[in-house]
Amino acid sequence: MTEGAARVARLQPLRPTFAYGVPNLSDTESEIPEVSDMLPLDAWHRTHGARMVPFAGYAMPIQYEGIIAEHTWTRENAGLFDVSHMGQLEVSGEGAAEALEALMPGDFSALKSGRIRYTLLLDEHGGILDDLMVTNRGDAYYLVVNGATKWDDIGHLREFLPDEITLTHLDEYALLALQGPKAADALAKLGLTPAFPDMTELTDLGFMQAGPFMWGEVPLGVSRSGYTGEDGFEISVRAEDVVALADALCALDEVKPIGLGARDSLRLEAGLPLYGHDITEDTDPVSADLGFAISKRRREEGGFPAAERILGLLANGADTKRVGMTIEGRMAAREGAAIFAGNEQVGQVTSGGFAPSVGGPIAMGYVEVEYTAPGTKLQIEVRSKMLDATVTDMPFVPHRYFRKKKA
Amino acid sequence: MTTYFTKDHEWISVDGPMGTVGITDYAQEQLGDITFVELPGEGDSVSKGDSVSVVDSVKAASDVYTPVSGEVREANGALADEPELVNTKPESDGWLFKVLLSDASELEGLMDEAAYKAYVDSL
Repeated sequence: MTEGAARVARLQPLRPTFAYGVPNLSDTESEIPEVSDMLPLDAWHRTHGARMVPFAGYAMPIQYEGIIAEHTWTRENAGLFDVSHMGQLEVSGEGAAEALEALMPGDFSALKSGRIRYTLLLDEHGGILDDLMVTNRGDAYYLVVNGATKWDDIGHLREFLPDEITLTHLDEYALLALQGPKAADALAKLGLTPAFPDMTELTDLGFMQAGPFMWGEVPLGVSRSGYTGEDGFEISVRAEDVVALADALCALDEVKPIGLGARDSLRLEAGLPLYGHDITEDTDPVSADLGFAISKRRREEGGFPAAERILGLLANGADTKRVGMTIEGRMAAREGAAIFAGNEQVGQVTSGGFAPSVGGPIAMGYVEVEYTAPGTKLQIEVRSKMLDATVTDMPFVPHRYFRKKKA
Repeated sequence: MTTYFTKDHEWISVDGPMGTVGITDYAQEQLGDITFVELPGEGDSVSKGDSVSVVDSVKAASDVYTPVSGEVREANGALADEPELVNTKPESDGWLFKVLLSDASELEGLMDEAAYKAYVDSL
């Protein structure tokens, strides 16, 4: 669990605080991360009225018209998110699947071309260095890693991947996410065609499937995936084409640009962990309730970092578990807040806030396993008040992924 | 009635011995959608600079410091159901609390509207 305390921030210097890694207001100015690089849509965001904040070494749009309005728009229409800060990597070469399997618990050997898996980059103790998506592109594995961790990830991969495996940082590419119930209709209006005649049409792409497409002359890597719980796509596009693509999408009535603030409230409602907060080097996949990321064959064969420890946790259970909680009233509990059962502290909040689609505050946190059954009544301490909380199944808002029926 | 402003972006509107306190339009704009306001208790004795209220937005909790010392006489009960009043009408219906001033000389160090506007423009 992270140590980051949900300190109450002074109004001054009035920079909104975000779980997204932007320091609290109470932190000194010097702790605000420097902006070292500019994303390809930087000017585009400013033109569209974004408030920019430093995040992961970039200036990023935290909001345009307001977090709640943007959140609700995405749940009802389609939101366009710039996630170009994330790391896009390719791993290729003979034995690439096995090389990745030595570092992550996914079954990449069995991952078919055009399929995506959520997986975890693990350290030798079973701590989570990052969570990521791995796509089999046929000729290479395509990885999307978190922006704040991408340089560490690249270092780790370079150190531990065998020499004959090629690691490429696709830093000439931007990444957009189009999310919401109208995302598919919106993207269809752009008239994408499969890059190769025998490949899947866009309408046939199911959740966690990906393919190469052409938007006129512009090549796009399209994945049906996202971080909101809604149907939607993540679109890898050359940096020089991203302004045209963002313009074309936002020209549609159902699409508006959405900032990082709503991205965070949407993912929280979807029960999806945020790296650096809900999962860290100090959390293991089992406590994090991400056991689904450990593929069946890998459970049988092991061979990933700290496999013995993690398989032991899978078999015997972990001491603590990441759970969701709904909170009575309107006061939010945030990262660092202590969770109590009676007088005894039994856990800590790792992220939380007001959930616009739930209409009240929700939180995620680690709790001793005997207090993790849904319906368990707990208390969360916020500013010396005890808030009543109830352990709740996640997601808080049902996922609406586009899952294809098996033929 | 005279209105004064603080560098922490609170305002206080003073009418005789009674001051009404809120956060400025600039502050609400910076904080974004406000979802909850924790108010001081009526009868609380407060000292200038104390954190007496917390404004919770979607992503952040921010302290509000009382610009003057005195006794809290009223908290804005309308904010319990409509915390968004702090966004929509920060300098009128979205007021936070009323305080009976114990030392009117504390107002002397605060800014007037023109000085506050210049201060915000400098940020």
